Amino acid sequence: MGEIVLSGRDIIGALKAARIEYVVALPDATMSEHVLWPLAKTNDFKLVRVCKEDEGVSICAGLTSCRKRAALLMQYTGFLDSINAIRAIAVELALPICMLVGMLSKEPGVPVVRSKLYSVRIVEPILGALGVDHFCMEGPDDVKMLPAAIDRAYARSLPLAALVGHRVTP
Amino acid sequence: MMKRDECLKILNQHRGDNAIVVAVYNAGFDWRRISQSPLNYYTVGAMGQGSSHALGIALAMPHYKVIVLDGDGSLLMNLGSLVTVAAAAPPNYYHFVCENGDYEANGSHPIPGRGTVSFAGHARAAGYPHTFEFDALDKFEAEIGGLLTLKGPVFATLKIVIGEKSPHDFAFANSIETHRQFAAAIDEVLAREGR
Repeated sequence: MGEIVLSGRDIIGALKAARIEYVVALPDATMSEHVLWPLAKTNDFKLVRVCKEDEGVSICAGLTSCRKRAALLMQYTGFLDSINAIRAIAVELALPICMLVGMLSKEPGVPVVRSKLYSVRIVEPILGALGVDHFCMEGPDDVKMLPAAIDRAYARSLPLAALVGHRVTP
Repeated sequence: MMKRDECLKILNQHRGDNAIVVAVYNAGFDWRRISQSPLNYYTVGAMGQGSSHALGIALAMPHYKVIVLDGDGSLLMNLGSLVTVAAAAPPNYYHFVCENGDYEANGSHPIPGRGTVSFAGHARAAGYPHTFEFDALDKFEAEIGGLLTLKGPVFATLKIVIGEKSPHDFAFANSIETHRQFAAAIDEVLAREGR
């Protein structure tokens, strides 16, 4: 296994490299300090703060329908809360809704499905059942895959979930 | 009380060529009968999400009016969107809620708070700068033109009853093809504008 460190600068750089213009977000503890706060303080992205994560799915749908690239940042609990919106909008309408999902409390370096936490373990099987392309970011090599994964989601018009495997550092 | 389709026919007279209309469930089925346009965006299947789809569109298309035709039961499922919309403050956002007090698509059971809840009150408290309530067609007809010139976000409750029934074509409203036709129409708009 490679290095188990996630850099906020790398993640923000990956979003820029993927030409993300809008970030739609609810604060998530894994990304709050070193992704969402820095991102909120720059003019590189337009930030839309939402009250609930399923709103974010729909806002991203409206943006992408008008050819604007967007990323939805949320905690896995928000993902779980948004399953019907993801099913109806991202999956059934085949839209490139790109989600960064913070896996709060997942053990660093441990595969999502082997987490001791039930609520964490079930995320990947649910993504599989939905047919949503996904991968987990644990280190810098994983973050390097993010721009290509987002490009692929837009090229194929299909949703993507990039799981943020543990707390992000600067 | 106003008949919904009569109300929407008046709104259609003020739509103009370039307004994008996001319509949900029965308001959407009526709207499709009244105002066919490639710039209609239908959303069913994830109830309550119309206002949020419309926010994304309004942010992406700031030079176009975005009109939302929401339902009362739908908005109750996404009340937080009123706060999100008010905070984002898109000046081109016009939010109409058809209030008949029923879950019309699901057996006409009453919504919680029927006759008590104030949707315009919720919108005002959330921070919408302009809120209205209409229950008479002549007043709506007199004011709709001016309402659509206000800087948004604007909110209006339309107190309605069901008018002439429209076909419930869920397959059309929920299809990839319908959605892609809207996106293609947006592509044409953007190409015309050289964007």
